[in-house]
Amino acid sequence: MPKLLTGAEIVFKCLEDQKVEHIFGYPGGAVLPIYDELKNHPSIKHILVRHEQGAGHAAEGYARSSGKPGVVLVTSGPGATNVVTALTDAYMDSVPLVCISGQVPTHLIGTDAFQECDTTGITRPCTKHNWLVKDINDLSKVMHEAFRVATTGRPGPVLIDIPKDIQFAKAKYKKPNKEKKLNGKSHNKFSQDQIDELVKLLSKAKKPIIYSGGGVINSGPKASRALREFVELTGFPITSTLQGLGAYPGNDNQFLGMLGMHGTYEANNAMHDCDLLINIGARFDDRITGKIDEFSPNSKKVHIDIDPSSINKIIKVDLAIVGDVTSVISKINKTIAKRKNGHSKSNKSNIAKWWEQIEKWREKASLNFVNSDESIKPQHAVQRLYELTKNKDTYVTTEVGQHQMWAAQHYKFNKPNRWMTSGGLGTMGYGLPAAVGVQIAHPEKLVIDIAGEASVLMTMQEMSTAVQYNLPIKIFILNNQYMGMVRQWQELLHEKNYSESYSEALPDFMKMAEAYGCKGIKADNPADLDDKIQEMIDYDGPVIFDCHVDPNENCFPMIPSGKPHNQMILGPNDQQENKIKGKGKALV
Amino acid sequence: MPKSKSAYSIPTKKQKPDTYIFVVWVDNEAGVLARVVGLFSGRGYNIESLAVAEVDAVKNISRITIVTTGTPQVIDQIRLQLTKLVPVHKVAEFKREDKDVIFKEMALFKVVGKRNKIQKCLNACKKFNPVILDETKTSAVIQITALRREIDKMNKKLKPLGLISTSRTGAVAMTRGAKIFN
Repeated sequence: MPKLLTGAEIVFKCLEDQKVEHIFGYPGGAVLPIYDELKNHPSIKHILVRHEQGAGHAAEGYARSSGKPGVVLVTSGPGATNVVTALTDAYMDSVPLVCISGQVPTHLIGTDAFQECDTTGITRPCTKHNWLVKDINDLSKVMHEAFRVATTGRPGPVLIDIPKDIQFAKAKYKKPNKEKKLNGKSHNKFSQDQIDELVKLLSKAKKPIIYSGGGVINSGPKASRALREFVELTGFPITSTLQGLGAYPGNDNQFLGMLGMHGTYEANNAMHDCDLLINIGARFDDRITGKIDEFSPNSKKVHIDIDPSSINKIIKVDLAIVGDVTSVISKINKTIAKRKNGHSKSNKSNIAKWWEQIEKWREKASLNFVNSDESIKPQHAVQRLYELTKNKDTYVTTEVGQHQMWAAQHYKFNKPNRWMTSGGLGTMGYGLPAAVGVQIAHPEKLVIDIAGEASVLMTMQEMSTAVQYNLPIKIFILNNQYMGMVRQWQELLHEKNYSESYSEALPDFMKMAEAYGCKGIKADNPADLDDKIQEMIDYDGPVIFDCHVDPNENCFPMIPSGKPHNQMILGPNDQQENKIKGKGKALV
Repeated sequence: MPKSKSAYSIPTKKQKPDTYIFVVWVDNEAGVLARVVGLFSGRGYNIESLAVAEVDAVKNISRITIVTTGTPQVIDQIRLQLTKLVPVHKVAEFKREDKDVIFKEMALFKVVGKRNKIQKCLNACKKFNPVILDETKTSAVIQITALRREIDKMNKKLKPLGLISTSRTGAVAMTRGAKIFN
C-alpha cells in the first residue's frame, strides 16, 4: 500500500516535481493547511507580499525574466479577487502563472460562507484554464496539468482552487506523465512548403520589414538568437512591439526602434510603405496598427505565431505560419542558407533603395526633445539612466503611462527577458511588484522599476516586501505630479480640461523611503542627475528615487487615434519647424 | 488635431454577417458549458440557439450545437477560440445553407380549444411529423420537428387556432451520407 499524502503535501510534492523554487503569496484561513506544510519543504521559498495583486505581478516579473512559470498562493474570497488584476494582466501579455487559491470546504461551497467567492467563475475569462478540485484523487493530476497548460503553446495564467477539506484529505501522489498527447493541440503546424513560400517572398521583396513581438521572448533565448541570424541573413530592417524589445539589440543599425502609437517615425513609416511585412510573434494590437483600413496598405503580410487564433483576427494576412518562433525561424534560416549555397545572389542589393528611404526618415530623429538646464526632462532622465547602467546586465520593469513609453523609447535593450512591462492590460502598479519578482529570480542583477508617481502609489506597499527580503530594487520615479498620459490626452483631445489628472497631495517620497526602511534619493536639478543616479546604482539595498521632472512634457512621436501610420504627430521641435515652413507640412 | 476624442480607433467597414452552426465536442465536466457560453458573451459573439447533451457516456463527451451569426472573420475567430479551450476536443462549423448537413429543431405546442381547432392545427403541422403527446377533450400537446424558420412560422400560424404555449429546443445537426464531422 503506497503512502497516503494530505492535499497540502500533494501540492508541495507537485511543486517540487515541477522544480518550483519560489512562490509568491499571502496566507489566510482557507490556505492554512498549505502554509502549515511549507516548513517541510526547504527547497521552496515563500515570498510574503503585502497584497495579493503584488504576489501576481511579482510572479509575472519572475516568470518574464527567468522563462519559468511564476507561482502564486492566495486564500479564498478577497485573496482570490485581489489577484484577478494580475491574472488578467498575465493573460493579456501571455505570461505563464500558476495560481493556487484556497476555497471554503466543499460542503460550504454555494452557501455564501465566510470568505467564499466563486473563484473559478470570476477567473474563467482571465485564465487559460482553471480547476476547482472537489476530489482529492484528482489533485496531483490537476496540478501537473496546470503547469503544462500554463507553459505550453501560447503561455498564460491558470488557477487551481482547492477547498480546505481537500487540503486535509489524503490520497496517493501521482508523478507527472511524461509527454502526454496534447489533446490534439500540437503547436508546430507548419510545413516546409510554407517556409519555401516565405523564402520566395523574401527574395522578391524590395521594401521589406520585420515586425517582431513578445512571442520571440516567450519562445526562449534561442528564438532571439535565431531572429538575429535571420535579420543578418536577410539584411532587412526590423522593428519591435513594446513586448518584443530586447529580442533584437536595441542599438543595432538594422533596428528601427519600437513601432506603434509612440513608435519611431522610421518604424511606422516603414510599416506603412513596405511591400513585405513579416510579423514574428506579435498580434497586430490596436496600439500598433492605428487605423486598420489604412494599415500597411501595399504589403504582402506574413504572420508567424504559435496561437492560431491570433492569425487573421485583426489583419488579414497572405501567409500564416503557425508554430513556435524558434522552430519556424530556425527552419527559415536553414532554408535560406541552403539556397544561398546554390546561387550566391542575395537580395541585399534589391533593398538598398529602401534603406536609403529609411535613413531619410531616420534623419527626422523623432525621439528628440528639447532639453533644459533648469528642469529635468523625463526623456533625459531615462537616457542618463540608460547611459549609466548599460554596461551592467540591467533588468527594467515599468508602470504604465508616459514614463513607460519614454522608457521603451530611450532605454535600449540588447538581450531578451530584460524588459518587463504591462502592455496588453496596461496595469498601473505593475512595475514595483514585478521588480520584486525579477530580483528574486536574479538576486545579483541590477533591477530598476522606471515608474510614474501615480502608478507606483498603487502598489507601493510592496516596498515592505523588498525591505523584508533585502531586495535591492531601484524605484526610479519620474515624478511630474500628473497622471501624465491622462494629462497628455486631455491636452491634445479634451481642450486642456485636466479633469482629475493632477495629484494634489502626493506623499514625500523621501520620508516614505525612510518609513519603509529603505533609501530615498531626490533629484530636481539636471546638473546633479548623474551623481544621484550613480548613488542609487551604488547603494546596496532598495532605493526610492524621486526624480522631479518637467510636468508639462508630452510623449512624442504619436499616432493619433483613428489615423494610419504615416500621419504621426512629431515632437515640439518638428512642430515649430513645420510652422515656419508652412506648406512643407503637407509633404510630411 | 484629430477630431476623434477616443484613445481607440473608430469602427470601420464591416463584412456581411451570415448564420453558421457550430458543433463542439467537449469533456462533460463541471463548468464546461459556462466556458463555451462565456467565450461567446465575453467576446461579443451572438448565440441564436444552443443544444447540449452527453453523447458518449464512456468517454464522457458532450456535444454542443450552437447557432450563431457573424462575418467570416468572426466565425473564424469563434472556431479558433473554441479550439483553444482545454476541455474542447473538436470543433466543426458549417453554413446554414450547407446541403450536406441536416439540422433540426423540435417544438412542443400546447393547443387549447375545440376538437376541430386541434384538428386544424394538426393539419397545419402535417409537413413536420406532428405527434400528439397528450390529448384531452379541450387540449393537445403536439410535437413537431422542423427548421427554425418553419417553427417560427407555425408558431404564428397556430396562435389564432388556440396555441397557448410553445416550448422549443435549439438546433441539432448531423452530416448526410456516411461521413461524419471532423
